[in-house]
Amino acid sequence: MKSTTLRNAVDDPAPAMLAGVSKSYGSTVALRDVSLTIEPGELVALLGPNGAGKTTAVKLLLGLLPPSSGTARVFGANPREAANRMRTGAMLQIARVPETLRVREHIDLFSSYYRTPMPYRDVIDAAGLRGVEERKFGDLSGGQRQRLLFALAICGNPDLLILDEPTVGLDIEARRGLWVQIRALLGRGKSVLLTTHYLEEADALANRVIVIDRGTIIAEGTPDQIKQRAAGKRIRCRTALSVDDVRAIPFVTTVDAEEDAVVIGTPASDIVIRELLARDPGLSDLEITSAGLEEAFLALTGSGR
Amino acid sequence: MKTIRIYLLEMKYEFLKVVRTPAYAIPTIAFPAIFYIFFGITFGRHQQPHGGVTLAKYLLATYGTFGVLGASLFGFAVTIAMERGYGWMQVKRTSPMPIGAYFAAKMAIAVMFSAIVVAVLYVLGFTLGDVRMPVGAAISMFAILMSGAVTFSALGLAIGYFAGPTSAAPIVNLIFLPMSILSGLWIPIFALPKFIQNIALALPAFHLSQLALGTIGAASGGSRAVHVIALMVATAVFLALAYFGYRRDEGKMYG
Repeated sequence: MKSTTLRNAVDDPAPAMLAGVSKSYGSTVALRDVSLTIEPGELVALLGPNGAGKTTAVKLLLGLLPPSSGTARVFGANPREAANRMRTGAMLQIARVPETLRVREHIDLFSSYYRTPMPYRDVIDAAGLRGVEERKFGDLSGGQRQRLLFALAICGNPDLLILDEPTVGLDIEARRGLWVQIRALLGRGKSVLLTTHYLEEADALANRVIVIDRGTIIAEGTPDQIKQRAAGKRIRCRTALSVDDVRAIPFVTTVDAEEDAVVIGTPASDIVIRELLARDPGLSDLEITSAGLEEAFLALTGSGR
Repeated sequence: MKTIRIYLLEMKYEFLKVVRTPAYAIPTIAFPAIFYIFFGITFGRHQQPHGGVTLAKYLLATYGTFGVLGASLFGFAVTIAMERGYGWMQVKRTSPMPIGAYFAAKMAIAVMFSAIVVAVLYVLGFTLGDVRMPVGAAISMFAILMSGAVTFSALGLAIGYFAGPTSAAPIVNLIFLPMSILSGLWIPIFALPKFIQNIALALPAFHLSQLALGTIGAASGGSRAVHVIALMVATAVFLALAYFGYRRDEGKMYG
């Protein structure tokens, strides 16, 4: 049951909502009839390959672009309302910010825009910027730059945080560091929309994943649901059967031959295993695992073709 | 007041950005000064080309105009084109920053740098150039030159909204240098061919320099009212262009 039905939609509007939104740039359709809602305290991951329409969705919710049709709402109102700007923090994919200002100065200036900013030390700690506060933006590493942009997104102490590919270009350690900080914000009751094409990231952070491809939402659910729905199980075994024999078994969706084993993808592992054993009683080293979100994602978007 | 604090902080950091960018700050101040030393003082200290006004005194007004033009054009056009082009403006637009604070800060810096440039020229003129003029005339010339920063900033703003981050500086140079020469800022307008004098009538820098020259009785004719109206019309046209660019930028014509 969706929590939408439990919430009084008038008194307590959703932090962010797109309702039947389409967006075209000239003849290019970036989003096609997209509807999504972010509930209070929820972290929603908008997952999709490059060019899927994630950044367009973000810009609509930030009021940086107008929808071609449909409505974008933040706390029940136009995202461009001054009150919403106060309550929303954003991290965009941008090439450069003024490079001659120091970390401390950027945060000082940006905090001044907000009525109840987060205390400076909290921002520095939450963004993991301790020790580089006196450095100019131009002298920061890639990871530190992302963290400064994150600091600017949170410094106004917003209720809604919109993060467009926050960890793109970061190494795995820096990425995990930022995850810790994003989770900490959820702990403070913030609502977060995060776009990513890192499947692991959506799996690690999100309460709910919305998979988007070519401007259309193609799946929505918890990370577990997405995994189940799309790819089901992965079976690995040693068998005398040839790859073609295995492919002939009903419900087998993918077959990959490894050195001395085959890896089979299927949504119906029970049936496939029974059939495998029936056709090859000598089958050994049987292993069954849930497919990762990566496979789920590739299966859903067809990007693996 | 909270809003005043935002305006002041925006100004403070705009200032720091500019002084930490020597590629802007140094040429803006040094070029007019070097040209003035070379053409105005070395060659023109005692030449009296125009109604008893020495070349050093005459060029104080025109290189003053040149300095204000450079400070305003580069300060606005290049920084805005970069901050737009690299996505920084979008980040600012997602915040509750009053947009007026952003422009006011740039305006304040353009005026401040204009003032520095003209002050440097004054010091050079009054000491090395043997320039003498009544205090009142010096003050009015200064004030007129500063008012020019408004017109040229509007032009810089318009360029900033149409140029890309890497094309802004070349575009500014393509406007800045020809406009300076054709307006008679380097070589006095009366020494230029007639057809150039006609072109100058269409250039705001010419009208500003004529107003500044008027304070020392060296204007080339044409009524003050005409110069003032020409500057006001130019400012309005530039601001309209800038507004169009701003709206175009803001979500490709939002609303």
